[in-house]
Amino acid sequence: MTRMSANRPLETDDALTLAGAGRRDGALATMKRGLRLVPELRQGLGLTLLLALIATGGRVVVPLAVQQTLDRGLLATGGPDLSQVAWIVAGCAGIVLVTAGAAYLLNYRLFRTTETALAALRVRAFRRVHDLSMLHQQAARRGSLVSRVTSDVDQMSVFMQWGGILVVTSTGQLLIATVLMAVYSWQLTLLVWACFVPLAVALPKLQRRLAGVYATVRERIGDLLGAVSESVVGAQTVRAYAVEDRTAERIDAAIDRHYRSAVRAQKTTVLVFTSGELVAALANAAVVVAGVLLGIGGHGLTAGKLVAFLFLVTLFIAPVQVASEALSEAQNALASFRRVLDVVDAEPDVADPAGGSPLPPGPLAVRFDSVMFRYPQANRAALVDVDLEIRPRSRVAVVGETGSGKTTFAKLLTRLMDPTSGQVLVGGVPLTEVPFGSLRTRVVMVPQDGFLFDESVADNVRYGRPDATDDEIVAAFGALGLGDWLSGLPDGVLTRVGQRGEALSVGERQLVAIARAYIADPDVLVLDEATSAVDPATEVRLTRALDSLTRGRTTLIIAHRLATAENADEILVVDAGRVVQRGPHAELVTQDGPYARLHASWVSQRQ
Amino acid sequence: MSRGSTDVLVRGLRVLGIGIREQWRVFTLAVIGSALYGAMTVASAFVMGWVTSQVIVPAFEDGETTAGALAGAAALILGVAILKVVGIVGRRVGAGIVQYRLQASYRRRVTRQYLRLPLSWHQQHPTGTLLSNANADVEASWYTMAPLPFACGTLIMLVITAVALIATDPVLAIVGFIVFPAIFTVNFVYSRRMAPLMTRAQQLRAEVSEIAHESFDGALVVKTLGREGSETGRFRQRAEELRDAMIRVGRLRGMFDPAMEALPTFGTLAVLLVGGLRLRSGDTTVGALVSVAYLFSILATPIRAIGWVLGDLPRVVVGWDRVQRVLRAEGGQEYGAVRPGRTGAATLEVAGAGFAYGPQVDPEGDLSGAYAEEVRQPAPVLTDVSFDVAAGRTVALVGPTGSGKSTLVSLLVRLVDPDSGAVLLDHEDLRELVRGGVADQAALVSQATFLFDDTVRGNVTLGEDIDDEQVRAALSLAQAERFVDALPQGLDTRIGERGTTLSGGQRQRLALARALVRHPRLLILDDATSSVDPAVEAAILRGLRSADLGATVVVVAYRRATIALADEVVWIERGRVVDRGTHEELIGRTPGYALLVNAYDDEAERRAGLVGAEEAAR
Repeated sequence: MTRMSANRPLETDDALTLAGAGRRDGALATMKRGLRLVPELRQGLGLTLLLALIATGGRVVVPLAVQQTLDRGLLATGGPDLSQVAWIVAGCAGIVLVTAGAAYLLNYRLFRTTETALAALRVRAFRRVHDLSMLHQQAARRGSLVSRVTSDVDQMSVFMQWGGILVVTSTGQLLIATVLMAVYSWQLTLLVWACFVPLAVALPKLQRRLAGVYATVRERIGDLLGAVSESVVGAQTVRAYAVEDRTAERIDAAIDRHYRSAVRAQKTTVLVFTSGELVAALANAAVVVAGVLLGIGGHGLTAGKLVAFLFLVTLFIAPVQVASEALSEAQNALASFRRVLDVVDAEPDVADPAGGSPLPPGPLAVRFDSVMFRYPQANRAALVDVDLEIRPRSRVAVVGETGSGKTTFAKLLTRLMDPTSGQVLVGGVPLTEVPFGSLRTRVVMVPQDGFLFDESVADNVRYGRPDATDDEIVAAFGALGLGDWLSGLPDGVLTRVGQRGEALSVGERQLVAIARAYIADPDVLVLDEATSAVDPATEVRLTRALDSLTRGRTTLIIAHRLATAENADEILVVDAGRVVQRGPHAELVTQDGPYARLHASWVSQRQ
Repeated sequence: MSRGSTDVLVRGLRVLGIGIREQWRVFTLAVIGSALYGAMTVASAFVMGWVTSQVIVPAFEDGETTAGALAGAAALILGVAILKVVGIVGRRVGAGIVQYRLQASYRRRVTRQYLRLPLSWHQQHPTGTLLSNANADVEASWYTMAPLPFACGTLIMLVITAVALIATDPVLAIVGFIVFPAIFTVNFVYSRRMAPLMTRAQQLRAEVSEIAHESFDGALVVKTLGREGSETGRFRQRAEELRDAMIRVGRLRGMFDPAMEALPTFGTLAVLLVGGLRLRSGDTTVGALVSVAYLFSILATPIRAIGWVLGDLPRVVVGWDRVQRVLRAEGGQEYGAVRPGRTGAATLEVAGAGFAYGPQVDPEGDLSGAYAEEVRQPAPVLTDVSFDVAAGRTVALVGPTGSGKSTLVSLLVRLVDPDSGAVLLDHEDLRELVRGGVADQAALVSQATFLFDDTVRGNVTLGEDIDDEQVRAALSLAQAERFVDALPQGLDTRIGERGTTLSGGQRQRLALARALVRHPRLLILDDATSSVDPAVEAAILRGLRSADLGATVVVVAYRRATIALADEVVWIERGRVVDRGTHEELIGRTPGYALLVNAYDDEAERRAGLVGAEEAAR
């Protein structure tokens, strides 16, 4: 868990779901929404459909050839007419070549269109995740957000290219087969359709059932991963407490549950698939019986036509089977599509104001004007009635117990969230009117966990100012009193920090984060002090670097240690979302109040 | 490239062989089902031929038919279809069971290794890799077991078809023999050319995912510094590379699919042409011709199942190699036969312990399947560490970061064994104790706490039969009772991955309660309150000091308040015990110790002037 959520640890995930999520659009509604949000999907759709029609036309060649060959060549009155057969075969071969060409173009176009659209959708969703308020970016939810721009999009890509092609060509095939069948015999065509009506009626129900069993499988995989991770992430605890057997049992139970759900899903799929097969046979048998009777009755049906019709029935059946086959995949893809669209569709609750007024130059004052903040769906406000004035270039520290709401100050001042009521002003301008471009360069936060990217120290510092040179960065470390630390690194400023900066210690990561803020050179600083203990040498470096960083800047410190607070110009003591005490350290420590109590316990603990 | 892909083919087939051997019963059933399906597919062609020549053509020629003939035709068609369905059910359910059983079995084996292998092995392998070994890699290993019975059935079907074709009309059969090898060739060439493209796409997919993970993890930095635009640019670059790679895949598939569809059609047309000739010369019948033509139209799809299996073999091999790397890993602790029987606080003795970490293993590694670790000369973390703690005493381990304290602590509860020297509990080498014997005596609370996806109670008792009264007492001592009572279901509240989220300090307090509830004879606290609020931390320390724990305590600490718990301090520098004595003694004679312990106060003093100094002196 990051700090951001630590001050409201008991909150459930409900508040964090995306605005649009939970609504379960039907398939059609999702498609419509998709076409609206991903216009690239529509590109050249007409030509693609035309190609699909031509491509599937090729499949009619076999029944056509058989019928023509039988009726006009082989069963021709006066014995088999070979030149007729040759002509028919040659003509059909030509058609096959043309349709194969069309099929190639169709496949290629579908890949190109869908991949282009999905890449655009992926990038759009990625950007939107960053735009969404921090509420959505809780650590617990990050995994699912990542999956929306990765596996969810991949799932759609897989479906559109295997399933999508099948659906497009199958629909064409269904249409062509029906038309041709009707040309041969409308009575038999009706009969075939009648056989498939019950299946078509049952399909939505089967579809729901399939969706249900596959949802269970996905859930079980999640449980499985959770159980496995206990043996990996908890390796030390498992050994220290010798609970290997218990852990193994829990893993095995999760494996078994996943196995059972997967087999069940397989059985359901087979059920759907085979019902199509049986209906197909029924249709075939019915056509033979009815066709013979019709033919004898003299309805213009020939033996060749009836046989060709039987081939057409196969052609008609295949798409229906494919449809039932592709259903489960379509379900997954639709669910994925919905999840991605939910992200793209979500309205950022903190928006970059169009126009607006940039912050005035020079030192900036900060003012909280009767600010109240409540997390969505929370019963209790996180902050109530906060009025606060930070004079330009002065330091204010917020202290309070875990869960008191002090981190909310930081989020409001950096405009990661907007107050539920009241407003936050910087340099006299309400934050809601400051363009992000101005806000993010003038108001900078040093977050608690000092997250680093898997790049060099210099590249990480450059997140603060992209055009900073390596020399400037070295100079920045020097100015912060960290020159000796930097030169102690294996490759100096070019040292790679590893994933999440794990090649450095927690405290050292914080040092880089401070340099990052320093190079950004903001006028307002928000410090969320690190809570976890670092070794004393680094602690001393940190404190000194922070001193240099905050010098001459308007600073709000979320203080988790009182040593930091002592040096602030003013201290706010927060309890249950309210400012209960304020004043400089020297004054507060003499008053009989919460601060004196906090201070006493801290002092006694230092002894 | 060509040698490499042949190699992959052979090794992939070997993996399939292993899968078949392990699940041969169900696999055989699935193949029988598949063969039945294949036979019935062929049979349905002959039924069509028979119905044409025996029912349809005579009926149209004579202008009449019998009810028996029609019923026979319908029964034949339906009968074949029902058998076909039986075949499908057998094949697909069987294949599913084979695939999922193998998955379950290998997941069990992999996770058993995770539990068996020593902690040092875990430290060398990133969490993400281990999770995907147990999940995605196991899945990839058995991925092709699903279409395999279909492919085997298809082979059987091809043989049947060949026989049937020859029996029906040898000349027409030759046409078939030309088409089938052509289909195989196209398939083979396709798989070969597709494999590298797919590998590249897979690689890019992983990179896209990595960027998303990192960028979202660092969202706070990205957002507060307004770097969303450049992050999106970074992501877009990879996403577009992936797009281009997939379009290349599409181009190849665009050629393959139509070719696979056209080939059987050409076969059918050839059959009609040749069939016409033979019909005129009276060597074949219309029925035979229709049968053969129909066969071609239905054979195309099943034959491709063979292509699916071959095409996915590279993926199988990669997954299998990664799984094998876990399964073949050596190591694991051996246990002795001594059952610890004493009660009351234990005596602890560390005698000349030395330890060095092994090298970090490259998580990706090569695909050769050989589990070869590059051996580097590792730097020693602990050198000749000796000290003892009398029963019931409390000792603080103090030292700068990286001095080896946490490693030493992990030796004390036998998470790892020393390379040299020994750790003795009640004069017994830890390695001589039975499995679980150390955990029975000693409890470690480390800085990084791990909570199971379980209730509060479950996380404290870890499944042992401990009554609520004791659980509460432990929670109370760990200053966790108050927040636990405030949880929606108290002790029964689910925490961890899917439950209520706790703060770092709360997690540490639960971990402390977990140790205390066991009444360990040796309690080890490795900076166990680092994330706890100072006020709460003070309360915990007060509680521990006054409670009669009946335990020997080793505590790793930076701060004075924690050190004050101890009767004695062991000062460690660069993996060696440099000094030991009371706090006052060490302050006087060991400069490093004085510097470290006073660092906070010195700093406060520097900043706040006299105020800090007075307090520190108090």
